[in-house]
Amino acid sequence: MAATDLGRIRALIASHKRWDAAFAVLGFLALMVGVLTFVALFLDMTLKGLPRLSYEFFTNFPSRRAEHAGILSAWVGSTLVMVVTGLVAVPLGVATGVYLEEYAAKNWVTDVIEINITNLAGVPSIVYGLLALGLFVYQFGLGQSILSAGLTLALLILPVIIVATREAIRAIPQSIREAAYALGATKWQTVRDHILPYSSAGILTGMIIGLARAIGETAPIITIGALTFIAFLPPSPGSAEPPFLNFEWLTSPFTVMPIQMFNWTSRPEAAFQLNAAAAGFVLVFMTLAMNALAIWLRYRLRKNIKW
Amino acid sequence: MTAIASGANVSAIPPVPRAAGLTGRRLRIVRERIIESLLLLAALVSVFTTLAIVFILVKESVVFFRQVPLLDFLTDTQWTPLFDDAHFGIMVLLSGTLTSSLVALAIAIPLGTVIAIYLSEFAPFRLREVAKPFLELLGGVPTIVYGYFALLFITPLLQNILPGLPGFNLLSAGIVMGIMIIPYVSSISEDAMRAVPMSMREGSYAMGATRYQTAVRVVVPAAFSGLASAYILGISRAVGETMILAVAAGMQPNLTFNPMEPAATVTAYIVQVALGDLPHGSIGYQTIFAAGLTLMLFTLTCNIAGHVLRRRFREAY
Amino acid sequence: MSAIVEPARAEIATEGEKQPVLKAEVRGLSFHYGEVRALKDINMALHEKQVTALIGPSGCGKSTFLRCFNRMHDLYPGNRYEGDIIFHPDGLNLLGKEVDPIEVRMRISMVFQKPNPFPKSIFENVAYGLRVRGEGNRRRVEEKVEQALRGAALWDEVKDRLHQLAFNLSGGQQQRMCIARALATDPEILLFDEPTSALDPIATASIEELMNELKQKVTILIVTHNMQQAARVSDYTAYMYLGELIEFGVTDTLFIKPKMKQTEDYITGRFG
Repeated sequence: MAATDLGRIRALIASHKRWDAAFAVLGFLALMVGVLTFVALFLDMTLKGLPRLSYEFFTNFPSRRAEHAGILSAWVGSTLVMVVTGLVAVPLGVATGVYLEEYAAKNWVTDVIEINITNLAGVPSIVYGLLALGLFVYQFGLGQSILSAGLTLALLILPVIIVATREAIRAIPQSIREAAYALGATKWQTVRDHILPYSSAGILTGMIIGLARAIGETAPIITIGALTFIAFLPPSPGSAEPPFLNFEWLTSPFTVMPIQMFNWTSRPEAAFQLNAAAAGFVLVFMTLAMNALAIWLRYRLRKNIKW
Repeated sequence: MTAIASGANVSAIPPVPRAAGLTGRRLRIVRERIIESLLLLAALVSVFTTLAIVFILVKESVVFFRQVPLLDFLTDTQWTPLFDDAHFGIMVLLSGTLTSSLVALAIAIPLGTVIAIYLSEFAPFRLREVAKPFLELLGGVPTIVYGYFALLFITPLLQNILPGLPGFNLLSAGIVMGIMIIPYVSSISEDAMRAVPMSMREGSYAMGATRYQTAVRVVVPAAFSGLASAYILGISRAVGETMILAVAAGMQPNLTFNPMEPAATVTAYIVQVALGDLPHGSIGYQTIFAAGLTLMLFTLTCNIAGHVLRRRFREAY
Repeated sequence: MSAIVEPARAEIATEGEKQPVLKAEVRGLSFHYGEVRALKDINMALHEKQVTALIGPSGCGKSTFLRCFNRMHDLYPGNRYEGDIIFHPDGLNLLGKEVDPIEVRMRISMVFQKPNPFPKSIFENVAYGLRVRGEGNRRRVEEKVEQALRGAALWDEVKDRLHQLAFNLSGGQQQRMCIARALATDPEILLFDEPTSALDPIATASIEELMNELKQKVTILIVTHNMQQAARVSDYTAYMYLGELIEFGVTDTLFIKPKMKQTEDYITGRFG
């Protein structure tokens, strides 16, 4: 190669490398936009909200006087709704995942089911609220209750549980199934004794992510008609006399954490906005902790299981 | 060595009851079938959910459209369903949705794509391992918290740069929404790029190309249908977002395409109605279903398109 | 044990009129990826405008050796070169730490085992290298693309559909297009990494024919697991085993009267 050509090539390569470096910087900066936003948000919540947290904050009902307001009804409501959501979504989701991975044949019924699941994952959450309003609250007559809310959120997070279950099941090598079948196990026995136990960690991860999402959902719950000012608690699930379980709480009016935060955010008084920050801090902390737990579990899973 | 072969007394062996054996097997088959049916039923819940959504939305909308002509719904320029002289122009709400979505996508699509290219082609392994879960966390923050952030942090910040910006505006909401959508766009785009085989990249590098040239001229075109599906998902997400807009853009219907004004989106309107007291069966009640139906049709189209595109890129490699 | 086995000058001179000129010299090349030492102290000569074949059983390191020439290993972390590859006539050490791999790749092209067309038209595929080199003149690009496609014996088949996607070509055509792509930039060495192993016999034959013509313009180094192919197309052959260069010589001599027993064992099919 002639010397002049070489010189020209070298200059060209140098200029290309400048573009390369420039893009690397751009990419990193773009990433920093996300990081900065997150840090700003988290700091904002923490600096304004953390000082407001106190025992009273967690044990007081909301009040017209900002200094006395608390999130008792909100976090109790959230907890109860999560119980219903989990109890409905997990069995349904795991059953669906198991069916699709172990039983379903490649026919149009399976296609329809899979298309529906992908579709539902993309439906805006407020549409679930409308579904719940029309179907659960009025058609089924379940009222504006914890039960309606739990069922709605269960449907909302169903795709998350299903996908997590399927991925966990897919990770199990075929040889394990074959070993079980070769020993005379039926399909269900294989599922019960092998597939479910080995995929349970992955399913747990999915469940945590799903619930973390459900805790933060506001729109569907508002649409059902959860009230924003609730100064009482739903009836306790436990009771003094047999059968020791009381189901009145399912049909009680209620509120949840995100709605309480929404209520306070909408008030112009600075004191209420401080409350909103505090509630926001609790919410962010909870969802972050749950997501981080799930991510950590997934990481541990990948390291531990050596088929 | 069986008992028979060893010459043991044959009559001492309990006879295998043939009838019982067959029943045992039949019982097992029946049990397996029942379990399979139960699992199928669970799987069909997703189908029922979709059907139920369609049913409810259509049912209430039909009642609505009996009272409000479709043409008026689509062309009226006012949205005042609760006034005596009620107008039902969905265009008003759609303008809010459109404007805020455009702002959001103007942020999410470029940044999401750049981040995806950076993580897939440039970033060292360690950085990617940290960045991916971090982006997941960013997408996991409850939207009400983002709404608070938009109203009480971003808006005051913007008011310093743009004096005259009202307390409620589509710009803050759009910006925050855009940042929230970045993880969706970047993760699907990155998956699409990683699916491009290494041999194609090697072909480019072997010709003296740099990482940037390879990424832009070879990898991105190869991953194109995956990128398109990521963008469509982003659009769907932006259009369907509720709380950020309800909190930061206000809930006043306003026919505008100016992001520096407050406006209600289709989703924020539904929240506003739900917060109030609307008797079941009233026209006001039905408007939210008509709005919901409009929303649903749009996101459904997006999701189907995105799904088809995703299938295509998965098959290509 | 290995040494540069240079065929006697007299031998070559009687076969042809020209004196063989060196295009590259490999000196003491070792290669490590991570802890593994994949190439051990290789010394070899690469003759200009001749076809040199690298043969040996699977895992002997021939592809690894090939990829040292265009610094492909630099793309992946944890790799380390020792030794030199001196590139003639300017005496550049291709493996030098201060030498830019991109510059090396601009002078040395590669054709891969499986055809790897870009998601672009045939024309744009072949023109890719030119575009990377900043060639803006449309006329020149068109000329070079045609020249390259003719050189790869593909022009007549594709001249009417240059702007269709390359994916639509058959396997053999795609590989010839990849050869054209590599040729378009006038490389000084053309590296072939088992170019016909993914192709049917007819496509294979057409590419082997091509090599005879190509070597008049460019130095070729080809890795092949097919001994007969090496015997057919190459002027020099190097036999490798477990990362070492066992024997190197004029192809006919190596195949008829190999100097090392290991070479003889491999060639006669006693193993590998």
